[in-house]
Amino acid sequence: MEVIALNINSLRYCLRQSFVSIFRNFWLVLVTAGIIAVSLSIFGGFLLIAVNMEQIIRNIESNVEISVFLYDDADVKEIQFKLDKIKDVKNYIFIPKEQGLEDFRKSVNNRIPLEGLSGENNPLPDLFRIRATRTEVVPSLAREIQGFPGVELVDYGEKMINILNRITGWLSTVFLVMSTLLALGAMFLIITTIRLSVLSRQEEIRIMKYLGASNSFIRFPFIFEGMVIGWIGTLSATAVIGFVYYRFVSSLQQEALAFFVQPVTNMEILIPIFTGLLVIGTLLGGLGSIVSIHRHLRV
Amino acid sequence: MLKSPLGYGRLQRFDQYHQSGYNYLCDDGDKGVLNLIEFKRVTKTYNNGDVPAVANISLRIGQGEFVFLVGPSGAGKTTLIKLLFREILPSLGQVFFVNRNISTFTEGELLRYRRRIGMVFQDFRLLKQKTVFENVAFALEVLGQSPRKIREKVPIALEKVGLTGKEKAFPSELSGGEAQRVGIARAIAKDPLIILADEPTGNVDRDNSRQIMKLFEKINEGGTTVIIATHAWDLVDRMQKRVIAMNRGHIIRDEQSGGYSTEY
Repeated sequence: MEVIALNINSLRYCLRQSFVSIFRNFWLVLVTAGIIAVSLSIFGGFLLIAVNMEQIIRNIESNVEISVFLYDDADVKEIQFKLDKIKDVKNYIFIPKEQGLEDFRKSVNNRIPLEGLSGENNPLPDLFRIRATRTEVVPSLAREIQGFPGVELVDYGEKMINILNRITGWLSTVFLVMSTLLALGAMFLIITTIRLSVLSRQEEIRIMKYLGASNSFIRFPFIFEGMVIGWIGTLSATAVIGFVYYRFVSSLQQEALAFFVQPVTNMEILIPIFTGLLVIGTLLGGLGSIVSIHRHLRV
Repeated sequence: MLKSPLGYGRLQRFDQYHQSGYNYLCDDGDKGVLNLIEFKRVTKTYNNGDVPAVANISLRIGQGEFVFLVGPSGAGKTTLIKLLFREILPSLGQVFFVNRNISTFTEGELLRYRRRIGMVFQDFRLLKQKTVFENVAFALEVLGQSPRKIREKVPIALEKVGLTGKEKAFPSELSGGEAQRVGIARAIAKDPLIILADEPTGNVDRDNSRQIMKLFEKINEGGTTVIIATHAWDLVDRMQKRVIAMNRGHIIRDEQSGGYSTEY
């Protein structure tokens, strides 16, 4: 193991060498940073979509009502009595089938003829709409109510939530595969860039060894160079997705859709995403350099 | 064994004693010169050959000595220098520096050891894109010295080799002799204990070769041990220093105040 640490003068020298090398391989550095930017933009975009989907699902869940459809011969009073005793039930309303038909009539603006469906011909069941105290108790509460005598069906929009979850999962896979492939491409480019740097400084490295340079002194500029490439890529990615997301949020807030879809603007959620991207970009650059110097730099 | 108080961290303490002009006791008890380097039955065989490049060599070099390694091509001179720099390890035997087997040095110790050695090459090995000043400064930058110290030391080293005024020149603008003097300035800038030079006059004309040897002599007078592998028979004859003659990996002559001699 290397035991000689870099002092401040060595560090200064190494940093200078890194920047000289970056300017020497300017175009290659630019392309590599560009690939990192694209891969991290996709990854960051995925993260933003993921947190927004999560928020949408949470909104839907928090507005979830449990609809309890009853058999015609159900004892409504007994069910009411039981519901009163469940502490997870926040409130409920009973909608008799007549009112249900009336509500339906209103919702279709009288466009569908519903004459002759009143009274005994009313095909709709009596209904309870129940709100739970907390979102997470909805599934268990629904299961419990399903067991009550006279209850035909309990529904709380489970399918909708499942569909949203499935879309999020599918998107995650696609985005992760794309980001990983692009990250591997970026890594390959970093390895090549650093290799070129190593080759262009071969003679210098040989002389450094004879002059008594430590291995860390020789390796550090290359690792730092890779990290800087990673930073350039990440900062570009952050700027791009930050700008796009800002425009998206601003335009959405002016649309009627904003009532249903409220994008995440909480900095406590967004800052960790951007910080995470910076860390990933730096690691990508540093790791690519380490792999490259491990393969191409003999010290 | 060495009677001096050189135990743990001896390399650093050795430097202190070296600077204070302390007289060491040799292995054999003689008061005077420190037994700086010792080869004990060293053999080096490279992977691609059955014939050893150096075979069963034993020798001692004291602190402050001036030694010529002479012999035809393939005699083992460069291998000896590489062994001394620990660029390669012996196949058999040991190389000692101040009674420490250099094969057992930790990475940190090896680094400190190498930092006390100034290397001078036949092909100069200067960085083309750097000026004379920057080439010499490079040796100090590598050691992590401060810019202030570098600004102090480089002009002194350049003055010692007679290159004051050439600071801004690039290697391509220098003669062979001047380029080699930059190489020497780079080697001495870090105040080494030992100068190892492999054919330092091989690419230099006769007049410059003589000046370069004078330079080495001057450096040696300051207490630095100088070991030069060379074919420059006329200079070896003229200088009358210790000569270790080698042939086919063996030492065939080790003579104080000797000449080159072509009888191998």
